Amino acid sequence: MPAITISGLTKSYGDVQAVRGIDLAVDEGEVFALLGPNGAGKTTTVEILEGHRSRTSGEVSVLGEDPASAGREFRERIGVVLQSSGMDKELTVRESVELYAAMFPRRNPIERIIEIVGLEEKADARIKTLSGGQRRRVDLALGIVGKPELLFLDEPTTGFDPSARRKSWDLIDRLRSLGTTILLTTHYMDEAQHLADRVAVMSDGLIVAEGTPDTLGSRSDDEAIVSFRLAPGAPTGLPAPFSAMPGPSFEVSVEDPTRVLYALTSWATTKGVSLEGLTVSKPTLEDVYLELTGDGRNE
Amino acid sequence: MSEGRTSTPTLVWRQIRYQNTLFWRTPVAAFFTLIFPLMFLVLFNLLFDDPIEIQGRDPLTIAQFYAPALAAFAAASATYTNIGVGQAIARDEQILKRIRSTPLPPWIYMAGVVGSAIWIALIATVLMISVGVFAYGLNIYVDRLPAAILTLAVGVTAFAALGLALAAISPTGDTAPAVANATLLPIAFISDVFIPISDPAAWLEFLGDFFPLKHFVVPLQDAFSPFVTDAAFRGGDLVVMAAWGVGGLAYSLRFFSWEPKTEGGARTRRKKTGAAT
Ligand SMILES: Nc1ncnc2c1ncn2[C@@H]1O[C@H](COP(=O)(O)OP(=O)(O)OP(=O)(O)O)[C@@H](O)[C@H]1O
Ligand SMILES: [Mg+2]
Repeated sequence: MPAITISGLTKSYGDVQAVRGIDLAVDEGEVFALLGPNGAGKTTTVEILEGHRSRTSGEVSVLGEDPASAGREFRERIGVVLQSSGMDKELTVRESVELYAAMFPRRNPIERIIEIVGLEEKADARIKTLSGGQRRRVDLALGIVGKPELLFLDEPTTGFDPSARRKSWDLIDRLRSLGTTILLTTHYMDEAQHLADRVAVMSDGLIVAEGTPDTLGSRSDDEAIVSFRLAPGAPTGLPAPFSAMPGPSFEVSVEDPTRVLYALTSWATTKGVSLEGLTVSKPTLEDVYLELTGDGRNE
Repeated sequence: MSEGRTSTPTLVWRQIRYQNTLFWRTPVAAFFTLIFPLMFLVLFNLLFDDPIEIQGRDPLTIAQFYAPALAAFAAASATYTNIGVGQAIARDEQILKRIRSTPLPPWIYMAGVVGSAIWIALIATVLMISVGVFAYGLNIYVDRLPAAILTLAVGVTAFAALGLALAAISPTGDTAPAVANATLLPIAFISDVFIPISDPAAWLEFLGDFFPLKHFVVPLQDAFSPFVTDAAFRGGDLVVMAAWGVGGLAYSLRFFSWEPKTEGGARTRRKKTGAAT
């Protein structure tokens, strides 16, 4: 049974159409990442699912309930880390975690939570003395203190140093192994690649692609990017598809890398040309993402 | 590892303690709520330091009239201003939004806010009266204490409700203190808190009678007045305060917003919360 189903969801703020009809299903126990450029509508979508915002039209079901009308029981089952929200800066980390823990019927032990987000040293420090990344870790702590079945993470690791990001990945992996369903948004492709079972790319209020991080956007599993450089003064007459390109750097996405490489390397051997820095790679999530959202290099 | 909902009284208690902790950790708020009204008492006693002679009684100081008036003012500002400003800021800082994403029932959060403010208002009142008694020989008439306590109870509850309305009406946390002062201070001047206006114009008197503060001040003054001979229960004044309190509560149930007012969705959210509270 899916934890989240969305069909035909739209949301307008006055004249701004932030979400323009999306359909999505997130299965129980799945880690689902929503990607997309600034203003794509990710936060709007996530906050509709959390019950923070009203929708203009469409159907939404979260843990079998309509979040727009769901009450206390619903909130006892979800964890929320908002993209931006405040906290009382005069409280200490431990006091905050205790305060929020008491609101939930199923609670993770306070000390354990503080340890998981790596704030043991700061447990008794007032929040106002914490750095931005440390505060974000408190957000994370408050999001998971109630042992959620379903966790919403809106850009959870923005502002984290690399080690804190790794740690939070471990945390998310652990939550996944406990069966937690997670819907996260992120601007870090490596994060989506590492964490997500499935990703969807949003752009301008629409979902433009959906799939596993590895297959997303690839028309076939064989697709690869071939790239190399030619030294100045190299002979012309390259085989297709390189023949149409100006050089001296070549990079092209091909459907049948084996045949293309065969043609290319035979040409180079025959002419005695060296193909500098020849690489064949799968398009990364980032390549696909940039292409899909129209910010890429294929102008 | 613990399981099961925390009981409602425990949750309310925790929320009161939480708000109380915040208050004491914000020295500016503590100063304006507790010390500032005391400064008026000291000042007025410096200005009018002649003892008041009443035939056949011990001489009195001006504190006999000002201490209860300023106690009412302090209690009103501890509830009205603190709640209004505090919650408008908490909304701006999106603390309220975070609270709304938890299962804590909204009314329990509000109970914490109101409970803590009332507790602080009581501290401010007791402080004012104690300074009056120990520094200025304020007389307490024990037979009128029940009336004083009842007035105080109705007053702080009504002004707490008006504080919620103030938070609802203030567009941002920055403007809330201005709105609070622009309402409470002028009203204090026409409500006999400071210098009783002698022979006020009829319309000023009417305005003073219209707003709730005078109905807080006068019964408390009566409870300490050497000229009053009855038990000082002033049902009419209490009814006016209660009516304002109910109005303030109704307004905040309808219009209180848990998200900054510039955020989308705030309008719909507001309605929903009103119904759920
Ligand atoms: N409260 C609001 N009022 C009016 N317009 C809004 C509001 N919130 C979002 N928008 C608009 O809706 C669109 C989508 O915003 P949203 O916050 O959902 O984007 P996002 O994908 O989360 O972006 P980011 O990556 O920057 O967080 C934007 O054009 C934004 O300007
Ligand atoms: Mg966002």
